Amino acid sequence: MSLPVLDIDRVTKRFGALLANDAVSLSLDRGEVLALLGENGAGKTTLMSILFGHYVADEGEVRVAGPDGRMAPLPPGSPKAAIAAGIGMVHQHFALADSLSAFDNIVLGTEPLWRPWRAPRPERQRLEGLMADSGLAVDLAVPAGRLTVGERQRVEILKALYRDARILVLDEPTAVLTPQEADGLFATLDKLTARGLSVIFISHKLGEVLAVADRVAVLRQGRKVFEAANDGLDRGTLAEAMVGRPLAPPQRPAVRRGPPVLVLDGVGVPGRQGRAGLEAAELTVHAGEVVGIAGVSGNGQEALAAVISGLAAPTAGRVLVDGAPLAPRPAAAVAAGIGRIPEDRHRDGVVGDMSVEENLVLEDLFGPGTQRRGLLRFGAIRRRALKAIADYDVRCPGPAAKVRALSGGNMQKLLLARALEPEPTLVVAAQPSRGLDIGATQAVHARLLAACARGAAVLLISEDLDELMALSDRLYVIFHGRLAEAGSPDALDVRRIGLMMAGQPAEAA
Amino acid sequence: MIEALDVLLTTAFWIAAIRIATPLIYGVIGELVCERAGVLNLGIEGIMTAGAMAGWMTVYFGGSLWAGVAVAALTGGGFGLIHALITVVLGRSQHVTGIGITLLATSGSYFTYRMVLPDVSSPPRIEPFPPLGWDWLQKIPFLGPVIAGQTALTVLAFVLAVLVAWVLWRTPAGLAVRAVGDNPAAADAQGIDPIRVRIAAVVAGSAIMAVGGAFLTMSAFNAFFFEMIAGRGWIAIALVVFGSWMPGKAVLGAILFGAFDAFQVRLQQSVGGAIPHQVFLMLPYLLSIAALVVMSRRASVPKALMVAYVKGQR
Amino acid sequence: MIRLEPRASVPPLVAAAVPVGAGVAALALAAVPLMLAGVDVGRAFALMAGGALGSTFAVTETLTRATPLVFTGLAAAVAFRARLWNIGGEGQLYAGALAAVAVGAGAVTLPPLLMVPLVVVAGMLAGALLMVVPTIMRTRFGVDEVVTTLLSNFVVVLFVSMMLDGPLKDPMGGGWPQSAPILAEAELPRLVAQTRLHAGLVMALAAALLVYGLDRFTVWGFEARAVGLNPAAARFAGLRVNATFLRVGALSGALAGLAGVSEVIGLKGYLTTDLSPGFGYTGIVVAMLAMLNPLGVVASAVFLAAVFVGADSMGRALGVSTYIASLIVALSLVSMLVGQMFLTWRVRLGRGAAAAGGRP
Repeated sequence: MSLPVLDIDRVTKRFGALLANDAVSLSLDRGEVLALLGENGAGKTTLMSILFGHYVADEGEVRVAGPDGRMAPLPPGSPKAAIAAGIGMVHQHFALADSLSAFDNIVLGTEPLWRPWRAPRPERQRLEGLMADSGLAVDLAVPAGRLTVGERQRVEILKALYRDARILVLDEPTAVLTPQEADGLFATLDKLTARGLSVIFISHKLGEVLAVADRVAVLRQGRKVFEAANDGLDRGTLAEAMVGRPLAPPQRPAVRRGPPVLVLDGVGVPGRQGRAGLEAAELTVHAGEVVGIAGVSGNGQEALAAVISGLAAPTAGRVLVDGAPLAPRPAAAVAAGIGRIPEDRHRDGVVGDMSVEENLVLEDLFGPGTQRRGLLRFGAIRRRALKAIADYDVRCPGPAAKVRALSGGNMQKLLLARALEPEPTLVVAAQPSRGLDIGATQAVHARLLAACARGAAVLLISEDLDELMALSDRLYVIFHGRLAEAGSPDALDVRRIGLMMAGQPAEAA
Repeated sequence: MIEALDVLLTTAFWIAAIRIATPLIYGVIGELVCERAGVLNLGIEGIMTAGAMAGWMTVYFGGSLWAGVAVAALTGGGFGLIHALITVVLGRSQHVTGIGITLLATSGSYFTYRMVLPDVSSPPRIEPFPPLGWDWLQKIPFLGPVIAGQTALTVLAFVLAVLVAWVLWRTPAGLAVRAVGDNPAAADAQGIDPIRVRIAAVVAGSAIMAVGGAFLTMSAFNAFFFEMIAGRGWIAIALVVFGSWMPGKAVLGAILFGAFDAFQVRLQQSVGGAIPHQVFLMLPYLLSIAALVVMSRRASVPKALMVAYVKGQR
Repeated sequence: MIRLEPRASVPPLVAAAVPVGAGVAALALAAVPLMLAGVDVGRAFALMAGGALGSTFAVTETLTRATPLVFTGLAAAVAFRARLWNIGGEGQLYAGALAAVAVGAGAVTLPPLLMVPLVVVAGMLAGALLMVVPTIMRTRFGVDEVVTTLLSNFVVVLFVSMMLDGPLKDPMGGGWPQSAPILAEAELPRLVAQTRLHAGLVMALAAALLVYGLDRFTVWGFEARAVGLNPAAARFAGLRVNATFLRVGALSGALAGLAGVSEVIGLKGYLTTDLSPGFGYTGIVVAMLAMLNPLGVVASAVFLAAVFVGADSMGRALGVSTYIASLIVALSLVSMLVGQMFLTWRVRLGRGAAAAGGRP
């Protein structure tokens, strides 16, 4: 017996010339789990943002069932109205005020602003009841900035439940969880849907979707291209729907391992802002191999990338590149032949307001190819940029275009060009395919494998286990700043790695 | 020198110290409200100037003292609104806009003053706020006479400080302000409009600052001089950092500053001609810079301070 | 329905129209207080235009007034490009003037070919050093340089006053707190006889060209721009961020110091505490109107100088307070801030739902 709670009716949204949602229609029944699948840029987050009132649709309507069951149009453009209609959203990048306690974050906006007092006691009682019912436990007094990632997600869900959400939208909820934590989340969702909560969750992880969803809808380039009950579906069908064509798995060439290029010998690096650093880290990467670092975000990956990129100095141990200690300066890393792809391309990678060609020479500003006696060599810079744009297929209006106009995938290709063009002996790539669609991801993978085939040592730090399993010759797992060697992916299964990521030794399966 | 230190125990000294601290208290509380919501208000120097001029002129033309205070607050709020529209709604640089507001409010005040009042040799005066002089206060040891020596505007300053602290930590509106200054997206996702909250905070904070300027022309002195704010606005900004954006600590900083300034005046009188008077005048500014350096290392800055919020941006 | 769309690039016509529009808007807005004061607005503006540009003498006065504004405008532009908020131009100007007088009023005697450069270098060093301290406080301790530079303005002016009361006092100045006059060998020549226009203008134009060249054609200009636009990415790429900020701060301070030097050795001949009626702060408006472009700084400096000179003459004739000029300057800055919106957004008129958030 299905009771509809949500009806998205031919919603269309344009951003300038970009058609983000094209007459998308979706419906959701009470107690149902609907998975919304699609590549990055397919329009999933846009659609949910319209639902939650962050954007206003250009055409179409959204209808939500009231507590009495009757459908009524949802007033557009207002998170307040969405909340009042019973919609709660757990954003991909948690919307929490770090300096406020978990309690304050949850009750924020629930008290009328004109009231000159607060009533914490009844609020707290209600919350404690909710926490017991749903099984989501969090220390309410702790400032949100000091909670773990899993706890922050629980606060986000509690926020929605506290506001009497009948429809819960989760945007890539397991992106930052270990496999075991993800299982915990789905168990919670099971409990909640059994009591009548309806769930939409956005994901690009096919395995997860198949395990949890009642129904699956696939968006591609703004349109809904597939929708079916989760009854006999398989990954291949879904992947094809997402991409529009059959996918070939990446070809990993035979390993021809050379001498060690990167050696971390008992390296310690202090953590920053409550995130783990590195502790007595031991790591070796040989020429011609891809070493993957698996782990949940916040376990020291940033410190690892930073110390190899020359951004952080080790307080213990040594970082050796080709046998020589690495000086803790980014310029020294570049000079030592390390090609680096930063985790946050907007913050650390590109200067958005500078042009494509300017960004390409940023690491080689004082080199002879860029300047002579202090004067910039515009012709040389231009030629170099044109070659890189062609070689790496960077889609842009031209070398003089500002980088901020490029899509995420093309920005990443630009950074790859910059890092790989000087034919480095070591490549360090941190979350290289984050936020990219399948096409761009394949391009990134191909480049990394090509560098490896050419004889470079490649260190791949990623939160995407599928990516790591597909590309790595050897795997390490990082937990609380310590590296543990896990061996070859062929000999491992995801569950075992998941345990290591959660800190349990590989033996206890 | 010992005699100079003795002065710290006299009520006359502390009456002066609190009086000197008062405009700083208004400045600090007003700026704190703006910055807690995420907006740096560098218009404070100009807004205090405008408050000083507008309040004084209201009284000069026959208004009551409290009418002058109200006009000063409205004037401050008005300039705050312009600042908020440019920085919060249009998202322009808070640094440059603040300087622009200071220039605008200052030049506007000077121009208005000069056009309304001819250039006379000594500036015209008004009848300022009288000292409280409540007899029952004299019975309280030490504190009594110190409070009695202040005017109503000083009492108002402390009342406002307590009120602002209460609002920020004990009311939903204050929670909204602190949330917006930490993570406007979080507030938006909970149904609070960060734009509106920021505008309200900046207008309110600016109104408070302006009364601090009016204190100078309607209580501490009784006339309007050019350049009379003399950097108090900038000192208030330093004191907000010094107080880690907490009203109690910031007011304490203002009082300490007032005591220091009162002390340096006494010191100047006793030390006499040995040290040039400019050295003493420099000390407040140098002290403010020192306070900034000391506290900047441990600062618990509102995380979204100076980050413009654009709706829908992820 | 008005919709706002982000621009991918700025057409040159728009880029030139916005500052001009801001200037016009400022003049138009200034008409309001004039009208409230009962002044004939048309006559006022005519007198202003005439007073600033109506005769050769007027033009030389405007250019003389523009000279220090070019220097302080460049100082602000250089710093703001790197997101280094140098509001201490006023203090750095006085520091430069003080150094010029300390060196050039009799301490040393050299032929003019050596004297002038010596005084100039002394002034530049003083201004640079003054800015270096707040810059280091920012890079090392994270102290916001806006407040430190602002507060240091007061300190410097008091210091100058102290020096003029003491060691640098003119023994033959009749007791006034002013410095001894600089030596004739340190003076800058006049450009036009019977006027006050001096070679400082040539120095200012040369400085503008030099700054433009540095920014556009050299690695250091590139580096400063990258560090200003995204310090984290610049650091990742291996650029030396702190050293760049220091360089930018020193150059900015030196340029402001030059403003002081130029006023002393070109115009006044000696130093008093009222050497600058806010040139440092006006320089910020000059830079913003020029959109931080060094060549544009020359144009906006001349415009604002014309406003000041014109207002002087108009004020005397009509009994209007010369503070109207400061008001116009402030209105120009505010108009420019609002007008910048048109550089990042395109206004489109068309049908469609209300734009709540226009960026994916």
